[in-house]
Amino acid sequence: METLTLAGTAVDVNAEGYLTNMDQWTPELAREMAAQYNIELTDKHFEVLNWLRAKQKEGAQLSIRKLGNSGIVDIKQFYALFPGGPLKISSKLAGIPKPASCI
Amino acid sequence: MTDVMEKPATKETAVPVNSDKGKLKKVLVICSKGKLEDVYAALVMANGALMEGLEAKMFFTFFGLEAITKKNADHLHTATVGNPAFMPAMPTMVAGLPGFEAFASYMMKKEMDKLDMPHVTEFIQMIDAGGGEIYACKLAADMFHLKQEDLLDEVKGIITVGDMYALAEGEGTQIIFI
Repeated sequence: METLTLAGTAVDVNAEGYLTNMDQWTPELAREMAAQYNIELTDKHFEVLNWLRAKQKEGAQLSIRKLGNSGIVDIKQFYALFPGGPLKISSKLAGIPKPASCI
Repeated sequence: MTDVMEKPATKETAVPVNSDKGKLKKVLVICSKGKLEDVYAALVMANGALMEGLEAKMFFTFFGLEAITKKNADHLHTATVGNPAFMPAMPTMVAGLPGFEAFASYMMKKEMDKLDMPHVTEFIQMIDAGGGEIYACKLAADMFHLKQEDLLDEVKGIITVGDMYALAEGEGTQIIFI
């Protein structure tokens, strides 16, 4: 486990940079992480991140398909919001573990 | 106790050279079979590539074409005869009885639903939405008398084997044949 200082606060992350404690997450932290992917977070991005965090709290298994059915974005918009691996990147920015999903 | 130990050759000392050069950037998945499990293998790999941020192209040929026809895409079957891994205790004679294959396919689809696996047409839509491209083989389409209008809307075109290889152009591409 490593500690990373993001947006002025120290957070615990794993080797791949995913937060190990989702309660350490803040929107500012997400913005700073997103900058590394050249993504500027909009309200739509945050809707997705908050949805992911809520689902994670419920203990749901996350998948691209579930996000497509979330009513927030369709799959095409999801890929457009987080280019280069939408579920992986959005999970990282949401402060939740890397999803272990094949679909 | 002052001898300097020689540094052991560890993983850290092996600095990767041109680490980007060997990176996977694109996959071309060729699906030549029409069995439920083979088609899903192709779809999962293509979709999985997109999820990882890779490019993905799909080429359906021969019986694989079934998976992208409007008529049969969601009605694929799994083989119960000539498939030793499927219920090994099942005698071939029984597995070949009328209706048995339909029943086995139904059970398989039920298990897939539990895993939140989409049906073939939805899976194809997901791949298309993720930027993947889907093509049909011209020779096989001619052989089975299939036209563009018989195929799912997401199918970008009916192309030759040469066009297929052109899809695989570029550094860091792998071709997967099923």
